[in-house]
Amino acid sequence: MSPEPNAVDTLIDAVSAVFMVVGALMSLAAAIGLLRFPDLMSRMHAATKPQVLGLFLLLAAVGLQLRTWWVWPVLLVAWIFQLLTVPVSAHMVGRAGYRTKHLHKELLSTDELEAVVVKAAKAARDSEENDGGM
Amino acid sequence: MSRQRVSLRQELPLLVWLVIVWGALWQDFSPGNLLLGALLAVAVARLFYLPPVELSGRFNVLKAVPFAVVFLGRVVAASCQVFYLAVAQGPKVTNAVVAVPLRSHSDLMVTATGHVISLIPGSLVVEVDRSTSTLYIHGLNVRNGEDVLKLRKEVRDTEAGLIRIMGTKEELAALKQEVGA
Amino acid sequence: MMELVLTVTAVALALAAAGAIIRIARGPSLLDRVLAADVLLAILGAALCIDMAVNRHLNNLMLVVAVSVIGFIGSVTVARFVADRREQPNEP
Repeated sequence: MSPEPNAVDTLIDAVSAVFMVVGALMSLAAAIGLLRFPDLMSRMHAATKPQVLGLFLLLAAVGLQLRTWWVWPVLLVAWIFQLLTVPVSAHMVGRAGYRTKHLHKELLSTDELEAVVVKAAKAARDSEENDGGM
Repeated sequence: MSRQRVSLRQELPLLVWLVIVWGALWQDFSPGNLLLGALLAVAVARLFYLPPVELSGRFNVLKAVPFAVVFLGRVVAASCQVFYLAVAQGPKVTNAVVAVPLRSHSDLMVTATGHVISLIPGSLVVEVDRSTSTLYIHGLNVRNGEDVLKLRKEVRDTEAGLIRIMGTKEELAALKQEVGA
Repeated sequence: MMELVLTVTAVALALAAAGAIIRIARGPSLLDRVLAADVLLAILGAALCIDMAVNRHLNNLMLVVAVSVIGFIGSVTVARFVADRREQPNEP
């Protein structure tokens, strides 16, 4: 197939090895973020990360190691499933976290949603819950 | 009760996607298997039809490829940044919730923008106001007004890129006017 | 070389899993725990991917997809449940 299969093989092996190590480090980064960040929302930023970049790198490593063309669409489908589901679950958890006041207000520099939420709550005329919740 | 029939052309992206998933699940891309998959896809789309996604009908591949490359680059850069923040700043990080009004009012564009923004680490869609098509985005490490402006510009740029790829003609014209002005 | 890569990734993933489990145990709220469980599932998926890459097979691929779908359904369900339960006093 190629003039020097051994050299090419070594190169592919090296690239996929780098991908695998970086992908595993991304998972480690997520765990560090989970442990070190102060509130739920910033932890979520750390948590959605390995699933996007880490999985991409690992799947690319699998594709490189297998060396057949037909695995690439399969891996792509697996990755696109991730891309479609990760933001949805992150949004759902984030929304629930915001609504149930898991946010540390003192860690926010600006909060442009709060005014809207307060207004909507006033409009819905449930002021007692609104006052107690803060 | 009768729903507006969707044209085959509008359904085509969905069918192609279903066939690819079918082939991927069987891990077999032989013509016979793909044909069976296509038949099943048509049957499924006819029997269990959902409200059609209102695609604009245009898709600019030439703009999509650089967008995908830039997207990957930003994911890599932002991942490294979040890693650095987790290790270096940890508990002292400051965040913000920023309201970003979008140009487009179509559900597809708002969803796509929200998806892309959520996939890039460091920003997360907390709430969507569909009536005004405003995204409320939680940004990591947003310390002052300057960072807020930067985040907002980033989101609007992402939306502009998506409009260039698959927005309607009206949205594209409005975008061109805005850039030109 | 593959041996070395395997060792490094195994150590990294083990540390990551330990961190996620600590967060599950400590997590002040239910949502924290769900998030950490999601990360734990992602780490499991990463381990499955590395196994596939090192041993050059594709048997785990659907397992990886299944794991990510379980993570998705789990966190969405719990988030929905949490939101509903807390919002009930608001909505008559």
